[in-house]
Amino acid sequence: MFQRFFTELRAARVPVSLKEYLMLIEALEKDAIPSNVTDFYYLSRAALVKDERHLDKFDRVFGHVFKGIENTGEAIEADIPEEWLKALTERFLSEEEKAKIEALGGWEKLMETLKERLEEQKARHEGGNKWIGTGGTSPFGHSGYNPEGIRIGGKGRHGRAVKVWDKREYKNLDDSVELGVRNIKVALRRLRKFARAGAPDELDLDGTIAKSAREGYLDIVLRPERRNAVKVLLLLDVGGSMDSHIELCQELFSAARTEFKHLEFFYFHNCLYESVWKDNRRRSNERTMTWDIMHKYPGDYRVVFVGDATMSPYEITHAGGSVDHWNEEAGALWLQRMTHVYERMVWLNPTSEAHWEGTPSIGVIQKIIGPQRMFPLTIAGLDGAMRELSR
Amino acid sequence: MRFEGTEGYVATEDLKVAVNAAIKLERPLLVKGEPGTGKTMLAIEAAKALGAPLIEWHIKSTTKATQGLYEYDAVMRLRDSQLGDARAADISNYIKRGKLWDAFESPTRPLLLIDEIDKADIEFPNDLLQELDRMEFYVYELNKTIKAAQRPIIMITSNNEKELPDAFLRRCFFHYISFPEEETMRAIIEAHFPGVKTRLVNEALTVFYNIRKAPGLKKKPSTSELLDWLKLLMTDDIDPETLRADPNKLIPPLHGALLKNEADVQLFERLAFLARRELPR
Repeated sequence: MFQRFFTELRAARVPVSLKEYLMLIEALEKDAIPSNVTDFYYLSRAALVKDERHLDKFDRVFGHVFKGIENTGEAIEADIPEEWLKALTERFLSEEEKAKIEALGGWEKLMETLKERLEEQKARHEGGNKWIGTGGTSPFGHSGYNPEGIRIGGKGRHGRAVKVWDKREYKNLDDSVELGVRNIKVALRRLRKFARAGAPDELDLDGTIAKSAREGYLDIVLRPERRNAVKVLLLLDVGGSMDSHIELCQELFSAARTEFKHLEFFYFHNCLYESVWKDNRRRSNERTMTWDIMHKYPGDYRVVFVGDATMSPYEITHAGGSVDHWNEEAGALWLQRMTHVYERMVWLNPTSEAHWEGTPSIGVIQKIIGPQRMFPLTIAGLDGAMRELSR
Repeated sequence: MRFEGTEGYVATEDLKVAVNAAIKLERPLLVKGEPGTGKTMLAIEAAKALGAPLIEWHIKSTTKATQGLYEYDAVMRLRDSQLGDARAADISNYIKRGKLWDAFESPTRPLLLIDEIDKADIEFPNDLLQELDRMEFYVYELNKTIKAAQRPIIMITSNNEKELPDAFLRRCFFHYISFPEEETMRAIIEAHFPGVKTRLVNEALTVFYNIRKAPGLKKKPSTSELLDWLKLLMTDDIDPETLRADPNKLIPPLHGALLKNEADVQLFERLAFLARRELPR
C-alpha cells in the first residue's frame, strides 16, 4: 500500500526519495503516531514533503491512494443550526407549506426526524456526500417542500466532514500557479554573477596578511566591493492582448528592478520592430531605434522578452504587418538580428503553456528565437529561463 | 516527551504530529510559513512545554556554519603569547564553543533553534549536514571529537529567501504553518488575551480578514500584527462599534499596526473609498 503511495507521489512529481520513505516507515515502526488516518496524513506529509509548493500535489495523491479507507473512527458530526433552518423556512415557505410542517408535528418533531435521517445516512455511506439528502421524497433536501429548493449543507456541515486533504488548502502554493514579487525575486537570484569591479574601498584581510608577511611590514590591501555584475535588457510587450497580464508584468518588473543593478527596459507592441520606447505616454514621439539598442548594449547583456506573442502571424513575418504603423522590415528580421547580437536571450510568455500549441504566432516566434528559449511566466518557467540565461 | 501546545501557544493538530515525530525520530524539524505566523515562537514554547533548555542560534547573512561548532581565536593567542601570558601555552583557552557544541554537551536534552537559516549563505545548510546527521564533529585544534550525549531536539525556521539544498531537506521533517483559520485565530487571541471582549474580537477579526482579502497588498498582515493591533485597541479602549464598516470612516483606527507599507495604506484607502461609493446612501 505504501509503496504504491510512494510511486504515485513520484509520478506526480513530488520529489520524494528513498531516505524520506524510510523515515516514514521508521516513524510508523516507532509508533510515533496513533492509528488514525488524519494523523497518518500529517505524519506522512511532514516526512515526505519538504517544500510547500508540493503540498497540493501531495494532497491530491494522498486522496487518490487512500480513497475508501478514511474515517476509521472519526464520527461525522453534522450540526445544522436550528435557527438557520428556521430562518430559511421563514423566507421561502408559503403559509400553506408552513401548515404542512405543523401537520408533521411542528418544528421539534421535524428536527428530530432530521436527526434520525442523518444517523441513517451516516450508516449508509460513510463520509460520502457533502449534502444530506438531495433526493426527492425526503422532507430534507433540495426537492423537499420547497419549489425553489432548500438545500441542507454548506453552512451546517463544514470542517470535519470534508477530509483535510480534500480541502486542498495548499492549492496556491503550487509553483506552477502563484507568482508574487518575492517569489520572482527568489527566481531571479539565480542570475547572480558576483564580480569585483570599481574603486577599491574594502579591506582585503587575507590579502593584507599575505602581503604583510611577504613584505615584513604592515601593508594594507584594498579591493573593490562585490557586486552583481549581470546586465539585463528587459523588453516588455504592452497594450492590446497584454492588458490581461498587466499585473503579472508589473510584479516581474518591480522584482527585476531591485534585483539587478544594470537593468535597461524598453516597451514594444506585439512584436519587435525598428523602434521601441521607454515611456508609454510619450510612445509616439520619444522612441529609441532598435539599431541603437543593439549598438549601445553589448552582447554580454542578457535579453528578456516579456510578451504573450499572440497576434496574427503576418505581424511577424511580413513587412508592413504591424498594427500600429508601416514597418519597412518584418518583425521576424528584427528578432533574428537580436538573436545574432545577444547570445543569451529568453522569451517569457504569460499565457499558459497549454495554449501555445493552438496559437500559430507563438510557434513562429519560437522558431525564430529557438524553441528552448520560450518559457511560461510561472515560477518554474522563470527558474528555467534564468538557468538558460546563466549558462 | 510529547508536545501538546501550551497555554500561550495554540498548536494545530498537524503541527503537533510533526513536532512529536521530529522529537521521537531525533531529526530536525524545518518550519516554514508566512512571516508572523509564530515559527520562532513555536521553538520557544515547545522548549517551555517540554522542559528542555532552549539554545537559540540566530543566523545572519555573515554567519558561517563553523561558528556554530567552535571558533579558534588566533589573534588573542598571538597577543597573549607576545605579552608572555601563560595561558597561551594551552590552545584550549582560545577555542570558543559554538551553539551546536553547547547543545551537544548539554546535561539535559536541549532544544536547539536555528532561526532563519535562509538568511545565511547558500552553502550554509550543506556545511551542517554531517553534524546534524551524526550529531558529532571533530575539533582539529584539540584533536578530539565532540559527540552529542543525547541528540538535541532541533528546530529550524526559514522564510524562503533561499532554497535549501535537497540533501539537507531529506534529513528533516517539514511543516508549513499555514495561515490560521478564524476558529484557530480565536483560540490564539484567547490564549494571548484571556477574557477579551468577544464583541471587540468579532469586529476586529472581520476587519482583519477583510484587509487580508484586499487584492494586491504588498505585505498581508499576519497573526503577530493582529495581536499587536488588538493590544492597541484594548489599551486605547476603542469601542467595537467604531470598527464596524462605517461608511464615513475609510480605514480602521490604529491601522499602523496592521499595514506596514505606505503603498498598502493608500491602496486600502482607495478600496475603502470604492466600497463606500457602492454602499446605498
